[in-house]
Amino acid sequence: MNDQPRLMALVAPMFVLLGLVYLVPLFGVLLISVTEPQLGLGNYAQVLQSSAVAKVALTTLRICGITTILSVVIGYILAYVYIAASPGMRRMMMLFILVPLWTSVLIRTFAWLMILGDNGPVNGVMQSMGFERLAMMHNELGVVIGMTHYLVPYAMLTILAGMAGIDERLIMASRGLGAGPVLTFLKVYFPLTLPGVFAGTVLVLVLALGFYVTPIILGGGRVVMIGEYISTQILLISRWGVGSVLATLLMLLVLLTIALAARAVDLRRIFTV
Amino acid sequence: MTMRFRYSLPFYIVAWSALLFLMAPIFVVVPVSLTPTSFLSFPTEGLSLRHYQQLFQDPAWYRSMGQSVIIGLCSTVLATAVGTAAAIGALRLGGTLAMTTRVLALLPLIVPPVVSALALYRSWVLLGLFDSWAGTILAHAILGVPYVFITVSAALSRLDPSIAMAARNLGAGWARTQLQIVLPNIRSGVFAGAVFAFITSWDELVVTLFITSRGIFTLPRRMWDGIRENISPTIAAVATILILFSILLLLAMRLIRGRDA
Repeated sequence: MNDQPRLMALVAPMFVLLGLVYLVPLFGVLLISVTEPQLGLGNYAQVLQSSAVAKVALTTLRICGITTILSVVIGYILAYVYIAASPGMRRMMMLFILVPLWTSVLIRTFAWLMILGDNGPVNGVMQSMGFERLAMMHNELGVVIGMTHYLVPYAMLTILAGMAGIDERLIMASRGLGAGPVLTFLKVYFPLTLPGVFAGTVLVLVLALGFYVTPIILGGGRVVMIGEYISTQILLISRWGVGSVLATLLMLLVLLTIALAARAVDLRRIFTV
Repeated sequence: MTMRFRYSLPFYIVAWSALLFLMAPIFVVVPVSLTPTSFLSFPTEGLSLRHYQQLFQDPAWYRSMGQSVIIGLCSTVLATAVGTAAAIGALRLGGTLAMTTRVLALLPLIVPPVVSALALYRSWVLLGLFDSWAGTILAHAILGVPYVFITVSAALSRLDPSIAMAARNLGAGWARTQLQIVLPNIRSGVFAGAVFAFITSWDELVVTLFITSRGIFTLPRRMWDGIRENISPTIAAVATILILFSILLLLAMRLIRGRDA
């Protein structure tokens, strides 16, 4: 009984849809980056020498770094509390995590626009307490808040998946052998959660690098990340050469991150949130 | 509980602050949509449904919602069919072919949206699919396949392979085994994948911004234009409807999953 041809027939439509209709255009971007306007690596040289690109790259890396750290730390604390919580409390926590996760990034960004605005509730409270108004929009702070908000649920769920597999008897053993709660956490529990933390960090970083909507709206043109810069190159000034080089480099950065992660952690963990 | 040491107050304060932070947008959007004023504000003097009324009287929002529903449903059907078939095939295929299938199926999830947008924009212009129904549906289906593939693969891994073998030994043909034995057993995975695929299309903005112009104007595109041009409580009303819609889908998925488990 040879099922091989039938199995190939089952996967064939996906090869057409994702191979032919999607992967080929992706390679097309790579091709444009070395052929337009002329054959060669001229576009790459131009991009690497551009101070505007350097500024955008630096902004992107800085914001992604800060958001990733914040999201993973908050996600860790949430997962940690979730594991120890009662069933009722768990349901409540999950609701508070899943509802935002299922709310589109556009709606969330719009909401942050209202919350962080000069006349928004946060500034209202600050002013009534006698503080100065704080500019939280059209600057990096706003972008970091909006992106962290989007990424915390991903970090939390990935870290939680790792924590759920930890044998609680190890913690009891450590306590029984005389280690205090802090020492038990640092020497026993925390090392066991590291693979989950690592998977969460990679997932969050990869998502952060591709952000588009949040930086544009909350950055208000003053915080330009790579996604917005690429779209400006293509949609507004039709500089396909530069746009495709940046798209290629962004893609390589993401693939590199995932490839590095694949050496240390089972990749499926990242994508089975 | 043996883990009393975790019930420390600082942890709880931080955790609940984080949870409130996560829910803050929803706590803000819903009240603002009910404000009686024509500008963004919290309803301090009574509630009003005028922004919802305005929304339902505006044909532009109607048209966008209709387009989003049609594109969402069509791309979901395509993504679910393609993703489910691929997941069933990849499970039994061995070697590099199975590996290639998995990597390919996850690709749209890994590639940053703006890069996908760039690639599809260029190709859609060349193929005459720019600003068309077919082009948008195809693009959204591509982005939805990874979710279907992941959820169906997870459901398949929970399925005992001896069930399919028993069916074959009892004389059921290969196609009949897949359709009548395997498929019904993984239906919650297929359904979850379909819901994810629909939400992906329903919320998709970046790729749509690149591959459409005036003809196709999905709901997220209209919201995007609204947010960038003229922020009004009407957007908060749309947002509230969409949040409710998401919660309903989430509940439906939980119910079906719960019934199967």
